Amino acid sequence: MSPWLEKQRHLIDFTLASLARRKTRNLGLLLVYTLLVFVLASLTLFSNALRTEAQYVLAGSPEVILQRMVAGRHDLIPPGYLDKIGRIRGVQKKEGRLWGYYYDPVLNANYTFMARPASEVADGMIMVGEALARERGLAKNNTISFRSYSGKLFTFEVAAVLSPDAELLSADLVLLAEGDFRRFFEYPEGHYTDIALSVANPQEVRNVAAKLTAALPDSRPILREEVQRTYQSIFDWREGIMLTVLAGAILAFAILAWEKAAGLSAEEKREIGILKAIGWETGDVIRMKVWEGLLISLTAFLLGFLTAYVHVFHFGAAIFEPVLKGWSVLYPKFALVPAIDGLQVATLFFFTVFPYTAAVLVPIWRAAITDPDAVMR
Amino acid sequence: MIELSNIRKAFNQGQSNEYWALHGIDLAIEAGKVTAFRGPSGSGKTTLLTIVGCLSRPTSGRVRFKGEDISALPERFLTDIRRQSFGFVFQQFNLIKGLSALENVILPAFPTGRPRAKLVAAATELFERLQLAHRLQARVEWLSGGEQQRVAIARALINDPEVIIADEPTANLDTALSKEFMAILERFTEAGKTVLLTSHDPLVVESSAVHRVVGMRDGRLTGE
Repeated sequence: MSPWLEKQRHLIDFTLASLARRKTRNLGLLLVYTLLVFVLASLTLFSNALRTEAQYVLAGSPEVILQRMVAGRHDLIPPGYLDKIGRIRGVQKKEGRLWGYYYDPVLNANYTFMARPASEVADGMIMVGEALARERGLAKNNTISFRSYSGKLFTFEVAAVLSPDAELLSADLVLLAEGDFRRFFEYPEGHYTDIALSVANPQEVRNVAAKLTAALPDSRPILREEVQRTYQSIFDWREGIMLTVLAGAILAFAILAWEKAAGLSAEEKREIGILKAIGWETGDVIRMKVWEGLLISLTAFLLGFLTAYVHVFHFGAAIFEPVLKGWSVLYPKFALVPAIDGLQVATLFFFTVFPYTAAVLVPIWRAAITDPDAVMR
Repeated sequence: MIELSNIRKAFNQGQSNEYWALHGIDLAIEAGKVTAFRGPSGSGKTTLLTIVGCLSRPTSGRVRFKGEDISALPERFLTDIRRQSFGFVFQQFNLIKGLSALENVILPAFPTGRPRAKLVAAATELFERLQLAHRLQARVEWLSGGEQQRVAIARALINDPEVIIADEPTANLDTALSKEFMAILERFTEAGKTVLLTSHDPLVVESSAVHRVVGMRDGRLTGE
């Protein structure tokens, strides 16, 4: 091994021995620091995973949704609108959709009812989301009755419970046949809630939207990319709220860590004097302290990040879940797919490891440039 | 081997509490001999040793080590010379608590980048020579005063320096341990090392192990 490497090894050996000598102080520091990284990493990992999840789920939704507006409010699509759209170049498929909200007084929760073609759901049957099934204790072949807004009672048989994989979007969903939907909500024949359009080429989406606005001036096209952006903003906003709420605690931890790192005891100053007197250069002392700072901050970063990873992806971010997922009666249960953004990790690394190392270095530099003859006096 | 010419040293120079610790010291120190500086507290003995041992620089005057002027060298070179050529035994021993005797002894050699196995072998040999082999792994705060001093001596020798500097080496030792230290001192000269020490202990300055005694008072030499 080259003398330079051997020297670094000696410095690390000495640093580890020094850390072990001040166990309580350094373990306390490591704990506070790890906690700080854990909180920040949990927030970024969870928000990022949710954003990725939303993007992944929305990837299967239609590129354009067309809604009709009356007096600035969403209204039903009247008969003939689908034909008015005609043939727009780039549109692969157009389909009138039927959906609405139903308030269930049993759970005090809102469900989303959506009509599906007869090939998917037969008359008198429904398919329900996993969260809804869980809360109402439903399983396949059970029956359930809903009282419609007009006061009539409708009884359905559960054909299936929807796959938990899509629970983020289908937690409160009830799928039923078109005829049942129209009867339940007394929805006028030929009317639809909105129109979904599939566009193959993503670069064509804006052109299609422009043509739709021209053909149907009283309607508004909603693009998938806009929905995705809205989701991003919502999660950014929630992350921001969480950070604001935690700012005080994070700052307190940061100050504590800084204080602990920057404070140099009389004993440590004396040791630096001894090391210089017995032949260590100022640079050796500083290098030794850099190793100390790096060892503590890297360990804290790795521990904090790994704990955050386990917390988010194995325990569903139990601590921050209510704030970051949103508020609802029917909470979807879903396992997040691990998604790590390299830039976020790098930013977190930079803002946790570097300030600590700097905090360690400044007082050491001051102590290390003092004359070594102090130990003789 | 070491020549001092017109060495002056001031502390807090230019401030209201300016203090001159040395006033023009001229001295030549022979190689392979034990030279003791005797004088009351505040006479400038320790300050003179720090200048000779490259721990500090004189305010004015020249220090020559083996013919080379080292008084104006930058810190880095001074540290190199200090590490290679001088070994220190401090009055309070200045061992690092919480570390073993062995770890303390090999510390001065860390910046040299010598392999750890060689350092441990050299330190073990020194411990054996100083009859301290059984305390190799003991933490220094568990050692007696005499044992701590022997650890400090081993640490001073680990880089095999030509000059040993000892500041009041027997100040914290009883008579028996002081005599033991003087015996170790004789072995140094047998090995060809130069020893500089400060003391006002008659046991040291009147010992046959000491070849030369230089008197000091108020920052000046008072004769031999």
